[in-house]
Amino acid sequence: MRINPRTTGKIAKVLIWAAALSVLVVLVAIILYILFKGMPFINWRFLTDIPRSMGRSGGIAPAIAGTAMVSLVAIVIAVPFGIGTAFYLAEYTRGNAVTRIIRFSAESLAAIPSIVYGLFGFLFFVIYLDLGWSVLSGGLTLAFMILPTVIRTSEEAILTVPNTYREVSFSLGGTKWQTIRKAVFPSAIQGIANGVILSLGRCVAETAAVILTAGSALRMASSLFSPTRTMAVHFYYLAREGISMDNAYATAALLILLIFLINVVANAFVNRTMAKGR
Amino acid sequence: MTTETNVKIAIRDLSVYYDKKQAVHSLSLDIRAHEILSVIGPANSGITTLLRSLNRLFDLTPGSRTEGDILLDEKSIYGPDVSLTELRRRVGMVFDVPTPLPMSIFDNVAYGPRLKSKKARGSVAETVERSLRMAALWDETKDRLKMPAASLSGGQQQRLCIARVLALEPEVILLDRPCSGLDPISTAKIEDSLTLLKKQFTIVLAPHNVQQAVRVSSRTAFMLSGRLIEEGPSTEVFSDPKDRRTSDYITGRFG
Amino acid sequence: MKKFKEKLSGRVFFALALSSISALALITVFIIVNGVPLIAEVGVGNFIFGMSWAPSRGEFGIFPMIVGSVAVTLGAAAIGVPVGICCSIFLAEFAPAPLRNLFRPAIQLLAGIPSVVYGFWGLLFLVPFIRNYLGGPGLSLLAGAVILGIMILPTVISISEVSILALPRQYKEGALALGMTHWQTIRSVILPSARSGIVAAVILGIGRAIGETMAVIMVLGNAVAMPASILDPVRTLTTNIGIEMGYASGPHQQALFATGIVLFVIIMILNASAQYITRKR
Repeated sequence: MRINPRTTGKIAKVLIWAAALSVLVVLVAIILYILFKGMPFINWRFLTDIPRSMGRSGGIAPAIAGTAMVSLVAIVIAVPFGIGTAFYLAEYTRGNAVTRIIRFSAESLAAIPSIVYGLFGFLFFVIYLDLGWSVLSGGLTLAFMILPTVIRTSEEAILTVPNTYREVSFSLGGTKWQTIRKAVFPSAIQGIANGVILSLGRCVAETAAVILTAGSALRMASSLFSPTRTMAVHFYYLAREGISMDNAYATAALLILLIFLINVVANAFVNRTMAKGR
Repeated sequence: MTTETNVKIAIRDLSVYYDKKQAVHSLSLDIRAHEILSVIGPANSGITTLLRSLNRLFDLTPGSRTEGDILLDEKSIYGPDVSLTELRRRVGMVFDVPTPLPMSIFDNVAYGPRLKSKKARGSVAETVERSLRMAALWDETKDRLKMPAASLSGGQQQRLCIARVLALEPEVILLDRPCSGLDPISTAKIEDSLTLLKKQFTIVLAPHNVQQAVRVSSRTAFMLSGRLIEEGPSTEVFSDPKDRRTSDYITGRFG
Repeated sequence: MKKFKEKLSGRVFFALALSSISALALITVFIIVNGVPLIAEVGVGNFIFGMSWAPSRGEFGIFPMIVGSVAVTLGAAAIGVPVGICCSIFLAEFAPAPLRNLFRPAIQLLAGIPSVVYGFWGLLFLVPFIRNYLGGPGLSLLAGAVILGIMILPTVISISEVSILALPRQYKEGALALGMTHWQTIRSVILPSARSGIVAAVILGIGRAIGETMAVIMVLGNAVAMPASILDPVRTLTTNIGIEMGYASGPHQQALFATGIVLFVIIMILNASAQYITRKR
């Protein structure tokens, strides 16, 4: 029996709508559930107090500080190297074999599981360089982890800058450096910033790589060489060992809000680029 | 004054290649000071390549190769001690589509002067005003210099690009089909400015049609498939072309 | 001065690029150097196909974990891929603008949420659900597959959608002009043309699933044994590293690096094939 194409079309359409809506419902449910359970426990004391009795009560200030410090180290190190590499690839060696090899390895390394970065960071920074479980070890490991992403997103941003900008700058007597600084960089900066901010999001959310390299100390880190735990790691312990569901929900809610904020900021950069109509 | 001393740019036996493909075939041509020379020809005649060779912008194209020589004021622009940035400052270029940089009107015109060292650049604001006046754009833009250049109309943008080149205080200006995307009124404005600019500069123009060459240029060169077919005073080339292909082209049989 | 700046900037960019590449090379070399000796000692066959993982007795066989990783990943793909592709068709072809504007940021947020949060959610709802209604301990292959199926959605959806949107408009207009219905156009013109992008999306999604650690560590049960059914607990290559790295030393630690090499190779193969498929277009 042949089914009328109109009927098949209708059935397909209904199925696709159903699939999409159920995904949306599940997503929104996960996010809202955690926010509803966690938000009531987020208050000033929770944000500023130290954890008491392993996190059963008290706040998460050291974990917030740990997240900030580890992410900051990662960004400060990965961003100059990543952007510099991207400019080198896009402006100095466009299209030759070396570029292709570098691009392929950056793309491949971006897909390596974070646990493998953790493995590397643990043995290299923690043991071999004897930095111990510390803010520095964690930050350096995350820097390695986000480096391929920063390179890739920055390079993409640079390559979308119209070639006429370069030609105009050269034709007006600009050197390569002046052209990069004055004509290319200002046009690429928003795309680059978008990539950097999303990388920051990955640092904040990462658990596997930092748990092996920054440790899980509950104390407030006093220097780059102190061990620390990040919010994601703290949440992992609270949830896995069932220490305190309320604090676990609150920490998760805080993490979700933070990631949401990071996405909003990153999108604002992209939207501004589009609004300028380049 | 003899014609010898009057030559601003001397192109000597120039051949230009993209990888294996040859775009310009052993071309020789003199460009005289304070003239408007039109280089006409159908698409893919190598005109853009020729223009881009004169300020060595063509060097940026991957796989490009050049033979022969180009003399600017009797000195080779391919000499070992030639500074590319200096050369491009002396030989300015306007592209076929308006190419404002994503910054304000003022910053666009100031782009070139600001590349110079602090001492050499003088007052940037004065240079910008003078250049905009010369490009006949000052009256329309003096109250909105801080606005993005992209907010100008297409014709204004192209005059902005001309002003941007004038701000370099160049000796030669190359214009590669500068009016190809513009309406007749904008085109007329640009042609008027060109006639005025002739007094101070040497201008090489690739017109977007034959009529423009007739209107503005003192001399005309006709190129076909990378070869120079004929050159001479515009009136002669258009009224009494020596080569059959030239007359076919200007009477509209092809191109 | 200008010449000097020009030279200096070129050198600096080169130095930065060189350091980045060395850093990336360092990771690869370091993991290989630390893992290969153990594989050589135990033997490639014994390591990969060995059934017994007992570091204290010097037995390092990771076959159950390879099976675990593959099984969980296949399960995740079975759930995530069809749903993801439906969602990308929905976004590219059916969704009204307001819904699309809600969907896209939600997907982005989903991609950014820490994986432990998914694990937690699985532990709270999925594990008890499986235990009560389907049987077994609840901590199971099935739980991990469902969680990962959700987690790979952003990758599958966004890359497939981009490849559908990248198609020339004429494809669709041409098909509609021939009198095809919207669905016939999607099925016989749009999906086949976007196939390479969608396949790449699926491969990259699988890569994400196989590399995920923290979400599955919480719901898989982590027993080192061949699973007999989808309700049994399993351990994957990643969770093996995550669980034991904290206290391993000596050959045990080397064995974890060797596990890392296996993961590395799997991801490289997946990624290279995704790149190959998209380039070919």
